[in-house]
Amino acid sequence: MMETMTKVPLKDNNSTEDVKYKLIAENISASYDGIVAVKNVSMKFRDRAVTALIGPSGCGKTTFLRCLNRMHELTKNATLTGKVLLDGEDLYSNKVDPIINRRKIGMVFQKPNPFPTMSIYDNVACGLKLNGVKDKKIIDEVVEGCLKMASLWNEVKGDLKKPGMSLSGGQQQRLCIARALAIQPEVLLMDEPASALDPIATQKIEEMIQELKKEYTIIIVTHNMQQATRVSDYTGFMYLGDLVEFGETKQIFENPRNEITAKYVQGQFG
Amino acid sequence: MITVEQRTEFRKHFRYNVGRRLVLDKVVKCLVFICVLVAIVPLIAILVNVFSNGAAALSWNFLTQVPGAVGSDDPGGIGPAIQGTLILIGLSSLIGVPIGVMGGIFLSEYGNNRYGRTVRFFNDVLAEFPTIVIGVFTFVLIVLTFGDFSIWAGSFALSIIMLPIIMRTTEESLKLVPVTYREAGYALGIRRWKVVFTIVLSGARGGLVTGILLSVARIAGETAPLVFTILGSSQFVQDLGGPADALPLRIWRLSSLPYDSAVTQGWGAAFILIIIVLSINIGVRYLFLRKKGQTLLKFKKLGSVS
Repeated sequence: MMETMTKVPLKDNNSTEDVKYKLIAENISASYDGIVAVKNVSMKFRDRAVTALIGPSGCGKTTFLRCLNRMHELTKNATLTGKVLLDGEDLYSNKVDPIINRRKIGMVFQKPNPFPTMSIYDNVACGLKLNGVKDKKIIDEVVEGCLKMASLWNEVKGDLKKPGMSLSGGQQQRLCIARALAIQPEVLLMDEPASALDPIATQKIEEMIQELKKEYTIIIVTHNMQQATRVSDYTGFMYLGDLVEFGETKQIFENPRNEITAKYVQGQFG
Repeated sequence: MITVEQRTEFRKHFRYNVGRRLVLDKVVKCLVFICVLVAIVPLIAILVNVFSNGAAALSWNFLTQVPGAVGSDDPGGIGPAIQGTLILIGLSSLIGVPIGVMGGIFLSEYGNNRYGRTVRFFNDVLAEFPTIVIGVFTFVLIVLTFGDFSIWAGSFALSIIMLPIIMRTTEESLKLVPVTYREAGYALGIRRWKVVFTIVLSGARGGLVTGILLSVARIAGETAPLVFTILGSSQFVQDLGGPADALPLRIWRLSSLPYDSAVTQGWGAAFILIIIVLSINIGVRYLFLRKKGQTLLKFKKLGSVS
């Protein structure tokens, strides 16, 4: 079964030569603790578009996402082969400092994780402060701008000094998004950003993604297939570490070419 | 699969002896409460005992004067001992806290290898070392080398006693900071040492402060290593290179004198030592662990009521 699966050509339906790809993953294989989580996955992510990664639990979506900003190598006993090109430059080349690149590729995690000892303001500002920005005026502007982009500003503008932990779960997650945006990344990786949130908070995050798409390349891992159809332009379906099918979201959900993709998007397993 | 009969059995079982369970619940609660009492009673007894025996000695002169001649009418005070203890606590914290915290950071963040395990092992051994041995060691290493008993030697010995306590508590409290905060820091492109020193350390400050205070309380009461390092003195310290006095030493000397007034002074000195340790503890906790504005607010509220 695996054999037939990997043989399906992974073609981007709409590919024309002048399309701009912000991020290109080439032959990524990754493992941790001896478990191979991602097997030879190649994907191209378009600029100013949302790409969703879907698939059942344990299929390697999150590991793959963490390979894209070199977070995977921080995992214990992690191995990785392949290339990730950001604007044509290989993130894994020896000449490149992984830390500089993490500043270009922001990340939002599954569970909201605002820094517990910091205020709302400091949570957003700390990426700038700790990376050497000292001008208070600039920091103030960035904090306000990012909180607005994360559509949190109106709810917190009066209590920026309150601890970040005092917010509700959905607000905390938007705070984390504002924090990720503050260092002015070019790509935003989101690992199931709404899975711990209620429907209203989820909706807010999804609306925000639609806004952010105008400026960022967004890659979102999600368990929720409706969410993938709502927010994404392209979808990749992963299964047991393989990228089974990758194409326009509409095509993946309405007219999947692969049998397993079809079963998954119809909810027959997962 | 559990059969329907089994399920019914289970349900019945869960409803058995409800009364007995409630009683058991109460019994356990009582036991816990009694244990707390047993732990608190000696503490209060010590405080009351020390205060009632020493209260007669307490006066401004007692706190500020040098000790009088043994057996004379004017017993003098314990000024040099208080001064010595405060300097000792300050100096040994100055040496012990930075090294201990750094060591703890090493063990927690970079110590997951053979080298780290070795350090951890010897650190634990050091924590269990008899302090008098540390005193003798310092005597040979510093007192004999420099030719005089000194506050430096005393602080050196005390900071060795502090080190393992601070290192271990720092390591344990850093490990309790969830990995998700570190990852959030790394994802912002913050360098590892900065993530440790800003995000992780501030998340662990509760445990950190507790560990440091534990070690301060521990060294404030150490007597044995001081006998070999600062010797004892009845004069105020003028320079850090000479002998000095400290409260535990003074308590020991006073309590072994055959005069009632001296013994009362010994109790008084013990009371002062307890007060010093307590106020450092409360003061540091107030400074580092209050949530912004919270404690101040409480005081304001109290003020507005009165």
